[in-house]
Amino acid sequence: MIELREVSKVFNQGQPNECRALRKLSLHLERGGITVFKGPSGSGKTTLLTLIGCLARPTAGRITLDGRLLSNLPERFLTEVRRHTFGFVFQQFNLIRGLTVLENVMLPAYPLGKPYRELRDGARALLDRFRLAAKADSRVEWLSGGEAQRTALARALINDPAVLIADEPTANLDSALSREVLGLLLGELAMQGRTVLISSHDPLVFEAVQVDRIIELHDGRMVGDSQC
Amino acid sequence: MPVEAGKCDCHTTPLLLFPTAADSAMRPLLERQKYLIDYTLAALLRRKTRNLGLLLVYTLLVFLFASVLLLSQGLRREAALLLQDAPEVVVQKLVAGRHDPLPAAWLDTLRRIRGVSSAKGRLWGYYYDPAIKANYTLMVAPERELGADEIVVGAALARIRQIGVGDYLSLRAADGRPLSLHIIGVLDSASELLDADLLLLSETGFRQLFQLPPEVYTDAVLTVRNPREASTVAGKIALALPASRPILRAEILRTYDAVFHWREGMTFVALGSLLLAFLILAWDKAAGLSAEEKREIGILKAIGWETGDILRMKLWEGALLSLTAFLAGYLLAWWQVFYGGARLFAPVLKGWAVLYPDFRLTPTVDLQQVLVLLAVTVLPYIVATLIPGWRAAIVDPDAAMRG
Amino acid sequence: MLITPAIVALQLIALSVAGTVLLAAGFAWKILRHWNIYSGSELQLRLERRTYLISTLLGFALGAELLSLLLFAQTAESLSGQFVGAMCATGVLNVNRFGFPTLLLKIALFFLAALWLLLNRVDNRGYDYPLVRVKYGLLLALAPLALLEGTVQTRFFLELEPEVITSCCGSLFSATGQGVAAELASLPARPALVLFYAMAGLLLVMGLAFRRWPQLGPLFAATNLLTFAVAIAGIVAFLSLYVYENPNHHCPFCLLKAGYDYVGYALYLPLFGATAAGMGAGIIAPFRRIVSLQATIPGEMRHLTGLALTGFGVFYGLATWLMLRSNLILLG
Repeated sequence: MIELREVSKVFNQGQPNECRALRKLSLHLERGGITVFKGPSGSGKTTLLTLIGCLARPTAGRITLDGRLLSNLPERFLTEVRRHTFGFVFQQFNLIRGLTVLENVMLPAYPLGKPYRELRDGARALLDRFRLAAKADSRVEWLSGGEAQRTALARALINDPAVLIADEPTANLDSALSREVLGLLLGELAMQGRTVLISSHDPLVFEAVQVDRIIELHDGRMVGDSQC
Repeated sequence: MPVEAGKCDCHTTPLLLFPTAADSAMRPLLERQKYLIDYTLAALLRRKTRNLGLLLVYTLLVFLFASVLLLSQGLRREAALLLQDAPEVVVQKLVAGRHDPLPAAWLDTLRRIRGVSSAKGRLWGYYYDPAIKANYTLMVAPERELGADEIVVGAALARIRQIGVGDYLSLRAADGRPLSLHIIGVLDSASELLDADLLLLSETGFRQLFQLPPEVYTDAVLTVRNPREASTVAGKIALALPASRPILRAEILRTYDAVFHWREGMTFVALGSLLLAFLILAWDKAAGLSAEEKREIGILKAIGWETGDILRMKLWEGALLSLTAFLAGYLLAWWQVFYGGARLFAPVLKGWAVLYPDFRLTPTVDLQQVLVLLAVTVLPYIVATLIPGWRAAIVDPDAAMRG
Repeated sequence: MLITPAIVALQLIALSVAGTVLLAAGFAWKILRHWNIYSGSELQLRLERRTYLISTLLGFALGAELLSLLLFAQTAESLSGQFVGAMCATGVLNVNRFGFPTLLLKIALFFLAALWLLLNRVDNRGYDYPLVRVKYGLLLALAPLALLEGTVQTRFFLELEPEVITSCCGSLFSATGQGVAAELASLPARPALVLFYAMAGLLLVMGLAFRRWPQLGPLFAATNLLTFAVAIAGIVAFLSLYVYENPNHHCPFCLLKAGYDYVGYALYLPLFGATAAGMGAGIIAPFRRIVSLQATIPGEMRHLTGLALTGFGVFYGLATWLMLRSNLILLG
């Protein structure tokens, strides 16, 4: 499904603080299943996820999605693909302060111009699923860590993406909440046929039973790829 | 947890590879803009304090420019309306380039010129009153049939001298003797623009005051059969009476127009420094993206908003601010000029005088005025915020990913 | 030199338009030199981000130019009292030789900016920005035009001397006057009327032909422009007479006055819009074979052609209604 061929990503090219985040990485990801990217910080996990999820373009190399070349698509097309295909959950939740839970969940769909009622009902349904219905009109600043993470998850699903990408989903949670979130990610979503890609250095994640594949990164290169 | 039937069919639907034009067309443009405006409004309100300062200055700017325009236009309109009844041609006698009393014999010559339907002598002049350090305009109004020592005064004159009907006004004649004049009427304040400082008297009284011999007049006023022939008639007058200066009403109107225009224009240029300061402020505000705003934009892009959407949002921000400032500024200016006494730019536009007429201008709106106002306030604001707005829109979503 | 708020405003607009277009052209030059859609380098990414700025700048320029066009006509109108012999805007524009050229340059700039934006819109739908060279090449050509417009307008205002006796529109647009303007007016009414409606017919035919055979694109664009010219000529030659109910008043600017219910706006706005749309449809047609645009161009062409024909329809409809309801009898 997603194919990376000799992909490199360099930041601040030509300047003294040049940083090579990924070096000629090649990877093939199939549809469905749960894949975990493991590695220390600075290994390029986050960068890899941004490239897979069409959040950025590689400096060199090719990325294809179901055979279609993505790596040289202009931003507006990349965003179109991303909107419909990928849902993101960030390490820092990254919810917009000052807005309510419901508004945050609906945000990714604003540029699509769907009729308001339809969008709102879809968002409410998601909140119900994640037991956030009661908090729908609360400001996100008042949420607990677990609630915030679930809101982020709901937001990632509003456009019904085929692939869910989670960057260090348990980094800011205690073990109880981690287990809960993991349960959601690994259990329910994978069951719906979505592809789940997680980056983490938390053993709770990559030692989970449902994980299908573990890819290990070090210093921008792939050093391990095991099926479970 | 059970999966609801039909909730996610992503395992059966092929991935949407890249959108076709049909998709974009189906996406209702209006709905999208509504969401963007909604978000922009919420964002503006969230950062009230930041934007309030800018909004106030913006409103002030619009207010000042609008005041100048509205006042000037009101004055010009009044002047034009009132001058409609002015005589088509006025003939004066010039001696050594200076105005001299016109001999009565000239009136016959003027009446004989083809195209002139009537010629009348006029008597008027200025009188300086040291008591209030102002000039009165004295005029003979034959139709009022005033007695030798009766006068009618203008409302502003009456106000400042604090005199009214029945009082006596003492003026010094040209031979040094005092002349006591009996006020029998005060002019209606509705026509104050013309006659604020006016004093009407009889021919006898006038000639006595200024010691004018009986066969001279101040100037002559003519009516012309065909107003479009006025300039041809003026030419004939200049030929027949070489020492004369014919003045056309059209020329007077043109001169008034020019004076008002010039004053307006200079005020605008003077306000230019304020505009510049405002633009610097606007640029600074727009360019100074706080870390919080950068983060927000990064998040929006990370969750699916595109640079174009952010840009549009920034443009809406500018549009909403501009609209508010424009309406507020314009309405305030409107109120100030037409109902509040127009004190702000009156001295500049009305000119230097002691006796200010008190009058109400007729409120008028015209498209040109609004366009000029837009061009001078909103347009520069847009220019100043275009590049900073774009800079904000190209914030990298990567930054959001890294927290 | 006259300094009125309107002139200050117009000069400001000219300055900002020249400034933004020149800036955009500067960026365009960079893009033309370094553009490579297949590269993922940071330079390419920066250039792509720049394209957003350029299109925003040009969008601004278009809006400002439209405002400028309106304001210029109105300012000329309002200054007519300042000049001996000038009864309306036409007289003012004739005070010196820069008046009408300024107007023509503004119209040209408006159309070019509109066309650029249409091209840009189409290019954005192609996943490989196929029209980059065409677009930015055109922009480089637009820049000197904007500069020229600003210069000519400035010269016009600088040399506006109120004492000069100028021809009033009566003598300029009268059959005995000289110059292009007089020639339009001296077109006898009946042939002018025939040409007016014949052009409409031709445009309709071309529109339908264009739908069937897109290779007629440039021809269709030219037809639109020609129809625009004929329409303006028609306004001067006979339509204005009907509106003013005066067989000698040919001025095209007086239509914008309140005294005629601002009918000028209702005529000119659809006319300009339709011409821009029609020309746009015609010039994007040659690019319909490009792979990445194959999905978008046909729809866009149809859309624009429809807009053009509707706009012209509104214009001709209004013109016909104005002529029918007028009390003037021009043709026996």
